[in-house]
Amino acid sequence: MSNALLARYAECIFWLARYVERAENLARILDVNETFSRDSRGNQNWLSIIQLNADEKNFFEKHETASAASVLRFYIIDADNPTSITSAIKSARENARSLRPLISTEMWVQLNVFHNRLQAIQPAELDSGNLARLFAEIKQSCQTHTGITEGTLYRDQASYFYQMGRYIERADQTTRLLDIKYHLLLPKPTDVGSPVDVSQWNALLRSAAGYHAFRRIHSSRLTPVGVVEFLLLNASFPRSVSLCVQEVSMTLNDVKARYYLRGGSGAAESLDELRTFLRAVKVGEILRHGLHEFLDLVQRQLNDVTSLLATDFFGHTALTQSQTQA
Amino acid sequence: MTLLDGYEPAPYFCEMLRSPANQPIRDRLAALSVSGVKRRAAAAEAELYNLGITFTVYSDKNAIDRILPFDVIPRVLSAEEWAHIERGVIQRVTALNFLLHDIYHEQRILKDGIIPADLILGNANYRPIMEGVDLPHKSYVNICGTDLIRDEFGAFRILEDNARTPSGVSYVIENRHMMQRAFPDLMDDIGIRPVDNYGMKLAEAMREIAPKGVEEPSVVLLSPGTYNSAYFEHVFLAREMGVPLVEGSDLTIIDDHVYMRTTGGLSQIDVIYRRLNDEFLDPDVFLPDSLLGVRGLMRAYRLGNVALANAVGTGVADDKAVYAYMPRVIRYYLGEDALLPNVETNICREPEALQYTLDHLDELVVKPVGEAGGYGITIGPKASKAELDDCRAKLLHDPANYISQPMINLSVSPTLVEDAVEPRHVDLRPFAITGSKTWVLPGGLTRVALRKGSLVVNSSQGGGSKDTWVLE
Repeated sequence: MSNALLARYAECIFWLARYVERAENLARILDVNETFSRDSRGNQNWLSIIQLNADEKNFFEKHETASAASVLRFYIIDADNPTSITSAIKSARENARSLRPLISTEMWVQLNVFHNRLQAIQPAELDSGNLARLFAEIKQSCQTHTGITEGTLYRDQASYFYQMGRYIERADQTTRLLDIKYHLLLPKPTDVGSPVDVSQWNALLRSAAGYHAFRRIHSSRLTPVGVVEFLLLNASFPRSVSLCVQEVSMTLNDVKARYYLRGGSGAAESLDELRTFLRAVKVGEILRHGLHEFLDLVQRQLNDVTSLLATDFFGHTALTQSQTQA
Repeated sequence: MTLLDGYEPAPYFCEMLRSPANQPIRDRLAALSVSGVKRRAAAAEAELYNLGITFTVYSDKNAIDRILPFDVIPRVLSAEEWAHIERGVIQRVTALNFLLHDIYHEQRILKDGIIPADLILGNANYRPIMEGVDLPHKSYVNICGTDLIRDEFGAFRILEDNARTPSGVSYVIENRHMMQRAFPDLMDDIGIRPVDNYGMKLAEAMREIAPKGVEEPSVVLLSPGTYNSAYFEHVFLAREMGVPLVEGSDLTIIDDHVYMRTTGGLSQIDVIYRRLNDEFLDPDVFLPDSLLGVRGLMRAYRLGNVALANAVGTGVADDKAVYAYMPRVIRYYLGEDALLPNVETNICREPEALQYTLDHLDELVVKPVGEAGGYGITIGPKASKAELDDCRAKLLHDPANYISQPMINLSVSPTLVEDAVEPRHVDLRPFAITGSKTWVLPGGLTRVALRKGSLVVNSSQGGGSKDTWVLE
């Protein structure tokens, strides 16, 4: 009994982790775009963020053009946009509220204060001179959450579901980031190697906090293929798809073994397959078959894993709805 | 200006000034400045907000979290005062449990004519489904909140029994923690009875009422969910007991046993501390469209496969009309006089009492028997002519729905308002836990009517709370 984890709690903590991870990634992407878009193509880069989240319909119902101001407003403070940072943290807090008997008071208080802070963002904070400070604060608050969780969350079953949520979301975010950037940047052969192009790939790496790590292994060259390989397949970079999938896979196997959970075999198989593939595949092969197709496959497989976890552990039937996948 | 300068409680009984035991606390308060205390109080309120120690108010679109206003000047009870209250509350709860067991079994008290049978059997909260159901320790009211007031002469009286799902105990403990953080200098060496072990006592009682033969019962707290305004308290109690906080949809019944859905499959539940009212518990038996409960729960309960706290059907005992009979109930079962007297009560279903009430409407407090939360009360001496006429019409239309009581000038306690300390009326809700025997948390929730002159302390009507100190 004391080892049992309520199915609903497992789901809530899985999504709590996902929402905070999602907010952090979005802040990274917006931050980097803000900094690096102005010296190049202007609006196009802001549009890419909308495409990244498949928000074209929602966004253009409200705004005519994807200007910096409208996109930032849409993704930072728009409470009606479920993919905004504010909405993500609101959902994280709602899950935390359900989880209050389980999580530490410090986790709850920090999320509560963070949520209240985001609710109180003033319009002037979205001015370009102030934005960097706001993004830094948001990223730091997400990381504070992660740190408090690491230092205070009791390491029972719930913590495993938290880990799985975090790494599934992170893998998913990295594939999305690569997908849109690659499409946007690569199809113009004339641009390859030009200063603009390099700064775009720079931005891509920076939004994944991977610039310096990348430099350590590729000190002299920054090529699109190298960046793709790094973000997809690197075994040591904490945001690479390969590493994230490996974490999810190991965590699932651990929790199954340690708590004698019967469910989860389907998800474990699916993850194992993906992990093995990511370890063996060469980046050239992926690019030959089409990066977009590959990333799409990974995303779908991660969604399948989430659905399998929902059925096996969260008490879902085929008919019940899960929290937002998008 | 220091804290008690110019504080003038007359003509009311003051909790702070009237007890010699409070002298050391008065001395310390006198040494504090109003502005300093205000500053610390503001910091304390911000902390409560950050901690999310809130109740939720819903408007059309937004959920607004509000903290229960907290006054930092404590309400103090001497050891002697507390000993008296404690004995009185135990006596009261014991009598309530005797009464409930009796009316759901032999009904001796009805046959002996102590309480009119139709008052019990015709009561909306009487649950015929509980007839003949035997409960461990014959314990029905496992958690009781007894509302006490203190009159002009300093005598404690019982105003109301809360025997269904009384709330507020989380504030007692959180208020204490808040005071320990914000005013350690006020508390040092005073000798205050601790309140921290409430969760352990509650968990112990939950184990005691488990079905027979269950060695290590598994306990859960059943909540209506995060949208309930008392959700914070449900979280608090689940944490203090170290048990899962479940919602109806987490539970299922198989072969008349209760299970919760876990990541490892179904796990059997033996005891449910439910914070749902009877009518939401089981759509098979009560409200058919309730989504909050568990279908089949009452069958499992009646078969003795699961314990519910409080028992189903306790609402009949805390009814405002049954309240009037409690002194007689105590004498009937225990052969004792009530240690804590009632407030004198006129039961308007009785013709003489109705006539008396109508004749003295401007002196009496008229209460509907079915309402909680301070709603629907008419306070005669403070009511306008129109309000009195309205009250008279309601009384004549449905006299059985009302009781009346003399207006009691509740005792006051010094309370921080704008830029001064002024007297405000208070009550006291001690919490009693009953498994195999009854234990009372030292102190309880002191609610304070923050509006000047107001006698209504309910949080829904502008009330706040204070830390309640029982001296060692």
